Amino acid sequence: MGQDVKVDRVIDARGSFCPGPLMELIKAIREAKVGEVISVYSSDSGSKRDIPLWVEKAGHELIGVFDRNGYAEFIVRKKR
Amino acid sequence: MKKVLILGGGVGGTIVANVLARKVSPSEANITLVDATGKHTYQPGFIYVAFSDAKPENLVRNERSLLDKHINLIIDEAILIESNERRVRLKSGRILEYDYLVVATGARLCPEELPGFKAAHHFYDLDASIRLRRALDNFPGGRVVIGIGGIPYKCPPAPAEAACQLDYYFTRRGSRHKAEIHYLSPLPRVFPLESVAPLVQEIMESKNIQYIQLFNVERIEPEKGLVHSLEGESLKYDLLIVVPPHKGAKVIEDSGLGDKGGWIPTDKYTLRVKGYDDIYAIGDATDIPISKAGATAHYEAKIVAENIAAEIKGSGMIKRYDGKVRCFCDAGFKKGITMVFDYEHPPKPTRLSRKWYYAKMLVGKLYWSLVLKGWA
Repeated sequence: MGQDVKVDRVIDARGSFCPGPLMELIKAIREAKVGEVISVYSSDSGSKRDIPLWVEKAGHELIGVFDRNGYAEFIVRKKR
Repeated sequence: MKKVLILGGGVGGTIVANVLARKVSPSEANITLVDATGKHTYQPGFIYVAFSDAKPENLVRNERSLLDKHINLIIDEAILIESNERRVRLKSGRILEYDYLVVATGARLCPEELPGFKAAHHFYDLDASIRLRRALDNFPGGRVVIGIGGIPYKCPPAPAEAACQLDYYFTRRGSRHKAEIHYLSPLPRVFPLESVAPLVQEIMESKNIQYIQLFNVERIEPEKGLVHSLEGESLKYDLLIVVPPHKGAKVIEDSGLGDKGGWIPTDKYTLRVKGYDDIYAIGDATDIPISKAGATAHYEAKIVAENIAAEIKGSGMIKRYDGKVRCFCDAGFKKGITMVFDYEHPPKPTRLSRKWYYAKMLVGKLYWSLVLKGWA
């Protein structure tokens, strides 16, 4: 299925269009400790562009993007 | 007779109480609403206090005047929810028992969580909106910066709407040429809703509103007039407007019902607090990843009221919340946009129209008489 990393927190943001999954990820990253891994589920078509862009700009690590059944899963590690 | 206890007299709590009072008779349920102030404030009006001519006193009414006569209103502060005992402690020492509890305690502004916030203005409460208006009236010119200091926050489109209102305000004063407007978007687009973002970007460009994307405000350095982002960028400002960080209500934290931010884990369809069959949460208080806005609380409240009524009458749960939200944004110059969406259907692209501006104004007019009664 794609990942063998331990996920510390799962955010189910399916069905969220406003404010949207990236906002949920930013909130979670602010709350997380450095090194923690967050998984975000998204059904918003914009996430495949938004989330990698923000993760790169904010200096975190995008471990992977996985197509699931009707949604995408993004796995991100907080790096700083 | 069942005891229904509602915490919070904002839009969600008021609608639940009023709809429930119509659905069940006084002999079937005793409905009590607890509110700390007893005053109800129309929050979408803050932006018009800050950037237009709305009179602050017109945004506030006594909660009692908005409630059905069969609803008990207690003006007091809930300080502890003891869910195992099905009771709530109030600041006065009074203890209220319940069969059904509806938590509509909203969001709490926590500007102290953002370093340097004292140097910033905002429009998320009435006093701050009045102060911002004074600051704008005395603004000699320069760079006005609007950013977002924490997620989640109420009404995700509001900061972009405020940028447009600033443009309208300065234009009406004849001083637009003296003001640079910079909007800091936390996202890689100028508006939260993807399908609407291209239109909002076009609107901002037409108004010469400059924007920086992927800028989440992390701290303010007042002595240097700088605002810094989580992503490592900085920007100078002359007048700074920042959405303050938000948290859930203190009673939620103190009762151990919230997550790290004090938001209540809530089933997004049933609106029951996870792990409880007798507690519902609505509006800003929940952790559901959708807009914290009156429009959300409005739709959720009607579902919860109908379902509690159905439980009391023994007909079982009948409705699920589908995530529906409808809202209007004012782009200035008496034009606006509208957005409708739910969990399954993203918003469709909209267009700028006078119709949506007047629709927003109409909602404001009907708020007290129809929306809060649950008729609209």
